[in-house]
Amino acid sequence: MAGSDDLILHLTAGLRPVKRLPPPLVRAFIWLSVVAAISAAFVTEFGRIETFIDRARDPKMALELIGTLATGILGVIAAFELSMPDRSLRWVLLPLPSFVLWLASSSYSCWRHWVATGPGPWVLGETTGCFAWIAGVGVPLAISLFVILRRSCPIDPGPVAAMAGLGVASLAAFVLQFFHPFDVTVIDLGMHLAAVATVVILARAAARPGLDGVRV
Amino acid sequence: MTGPGVEHWGSLMAAAQSGDGAAYERLLREILPFVRAIVRRHHAAPDRAEDVVQDVLLTVHRVRHTYDPARPFAAWLGAIAHRRSIDAIRRKVRNDTYETFSPIAYETYADPSANKEIAAHENSAVLGEAIAALPPGQRQAVELLKLKELSLSEASAASGQTVGALKVSLHRAMRALQRIVGAKETE
Repeated sequence: MAGSDDLILHLTAGLRPVKRLPPPLVRAFIWLSVVAAISAAFVTEFGRIETFIDRARDPKMALELIGTLATGILGVIAAFELSMPDRSLRWVLLPLPSFVLWLASSSYSCWRHWVATGPGPWVLGETTGCFAWIAGVGVPLAISLFVILRRSCPIDPGPVAAMAGLGVASLAAFVLQFFHPFDVTVIDLGMHLAAVATVVILARAAARPGLDGVRV
Repeated sequence: MTGPGVEHWGSLMAAAQSGDGAAYERLLREILPFVRAIVRRHHAAPDRAEDVVQDVLLTVHRVRHTYDPARPFAAWLGAIAHRRSIDAIRRKVRNDTYETFSPIAYETYADPSANKEIAAHENSAVLGEAIAALPPGQRQAVELLKLKELSLSEASAASGQTVGALKVSLHRAMRALQRIVGAKETE
């Protein structure tokens, strides 16, 4: 076919070397290290670390924290893996077990709080601050992650963006625990999940303009 | 697919990543049958299939830095060809949903032959002037994509403009032409 032959000649003429991308795990580790360093500095300055350590001694709380952090890390790793053309879509399942752990331990916390104190008033109160925190921290993190992921020119940006959104929102929810000196109630949990869902939906909606490097 | 060429595609791509144009040309020519076989599973029409094949070549070129020589090249290429084929199907479904071909929509005179001859004569003169008045980039997009009926990939290769830039130029040109022709008709 003449068209394809011409195109090959055009693509190969004056070919320039390209810098091969490092493996996705390495890139994920670098990005996560930078975010961890910034978060650690922020938490050290402003967080309630002693309260956090006291709460983390409770096994239920420790499970919730592990689930939240693991969902963040595994979501980011899944996003980096999915951004490569030959990776299976099954990478989206990577953060699922930790997300279930986070959900289950938080739900148990809600139930325990309900049994101890009753349903309480159905008011949003400080939970709007939780929503604002997760969305407010998650969106800038997602933008920084998109900038890195764009270099892979993902051929199917949707799942990459969704995993990136889940990862950054979960990381934001984990850091929130350093400023959240009480167990979650039903309202809290609902608001946290709504914030995570909002970040995932926003990231998914921004997939094409944000990550699609293929449409030359 | 297995064959004498498949094993060294990875090393050819590694050489291409280092800037070896000859290795890259050899690779692209060798992978064409492999890509066509995947694309034709999704697209029966030869013209459409060839458009998608060219889209795959452009994508391979664009994402060649993501290939890791430690991993199988055929899987990497197959995933790209499969994804571009699916994307083309989605585009076609979208276009078919929102665009309807209606031959009678072009008829303005009772006598079909008069309609075709007169309208063609009148419109071609107006259209010729309108195209000539377009900015160079837009005029080139119209000439390559509408008059010569090249695919986006071919037009991109011929003009040196990216596919995205061609799409934008064509869209602006069509709007400008509609405006100019519409103004002439109301005069």
